[in-house]
Amino acid sequence: MPINLEIVSPEKLLLSRDVDMVVIPASEGDMGVLEGHSPMTVMLRGGVVSLYEGERVTESLFVAGGFAEVTPERCTVLAGEAMPINELDREEAEKRLRDAEEAHAQVDADNLIEEELALERIHSARSMLEALDGLLTGH
Amino acid sequence: MPSLKALRMRINSVKSTQKITSAMKMVAASKLRRAQQQAEAARPYAIRMGRILNTLAASVAESPNAPAMLAGTGKDQVHLLIVVTADRGLAGAFNSSIGRAARTRARTLEAQGKTVKILAVGRKGRDYLRRELASRIVGDISYAGKRRIDYGDAEGLAKRVTAMLDAGEFDVATLIYNRFQSVIAQIVTEQQLIPAPPVKDAAGNDETTALPEFEPDEETILARLLPQALAVQTYTALLESAAGEHGARMTAMDNATRNAGDMIKRLTLNYNRARQANITRELIEIISGAEAL
Repeated sequence: MPINLEIVSPEKLLLSRDVDMVVIPASEGDMGVLEGHSPMTVMLRGGVVSLYEGERVTESLFVAGGFAEVTPERCTVLAGEAMPINELDREEAEKRLRDAEEAHAQVDADNLIEEELALERIHSARSMLEALDGLLTGH
Repeated sequence: MPSLKALRMRINSVKSTQKITSAMKMVAASKLRRAQQQAEAARPYAIRMGRILNTLAASVAESPNAPAMLAGTGKDQVHLLIVVTADRGLAGAFNSSIGRAARTRARTLEAQGKTVKILAVGRKGRDYLRRELASRIVGDISYAGKRRIDYGDAEGLAKRVTAMLDAGEFDVATLIYNRFQSVIAQIVTEQQLIPAPPVKDAAGNDETTALPEFEPDEETILARLLPQALAVQTYTALLESAAGEHGARMTAMDNATRNAGDMIKRLTLNYNRARQANITRELIEIISGAEAL
């Protein structure tokens, strides 16, 4: 029983197809979505969206945060940015992590929202690196 | 009657103008196609974002501490007008119609005793408004020299507006831009951004009646989603305006090319008449000279 998965970024519709299960990196832990899931709106952290067909992962995409809307028939991922795992670039990821850490160092500690945003950027960059490591170890 | 030489020069200059305008028309046509594709590609995200926002707004509507971006600041004293125009001219009435709409709006608001602040996006609008509303302009942004507008630009603009809202610099924000309808019609649109206009709930839409769960809670998601939604709305408007600009320029340049063609025809006629008159006159001179001998 397939569920319709859509991944959209502000600039275009990246992917729209039926999959058996999709695992999305929700802000409070990864979440597997099957057909008939109860309606949910979740926030995403930076991480990997995996598409399952049967028991196998057929495609994995890295998303840098965003939102997802889950209904019994479909799962819509609104990603700030999304790219296939094998197109990730280590240099880029490392640069992002550096930039994010720099930005975090400059944030005024009293400004909670800014602080949280900066932390999220760091997490997002770290998970990008982790996704790359996972790729190397053949995970 | 201008001399033959002067006419020849006129004709040549009009011809080169025509070459320029027809080239500009062609450039605008291809840019228009690209801008339309970009706007088309951005639509799915905007639609889905709107859907999520609707369900969220429905569930926090009763909450007294709904964020200012959704519910407004509770006043409507200070109005921020975000005026989107092009960075270049030669696009017919594209820029001036926006300028006029912004001016009318500002005057109406001021007549009601409100304070008006203007954020000018695009060089042409800034120059236009500077002439008589200079004191209301609080900032300007220009994308001149960029090949295409990307989402980051819209995000930057939205961030700026959010920061102004947080600093309490305005109560109501309105976006004024040209919506692309067709190559010949760009519609001046005023869109209220903050507070977000009441959600239009399509009747018979069962999906919104079943409220979904939220993770984490509504307020956290909303706090993150609203700036994003603002950026998406701005992005859509910027793209529409870009498509409209190229459409308007295409029409304007098409007209200019046609007018130049008419002018060349008229000038060529005059030139030939003058040339024949000259020949006739010279013949008469020769004949009458020969007769006199």
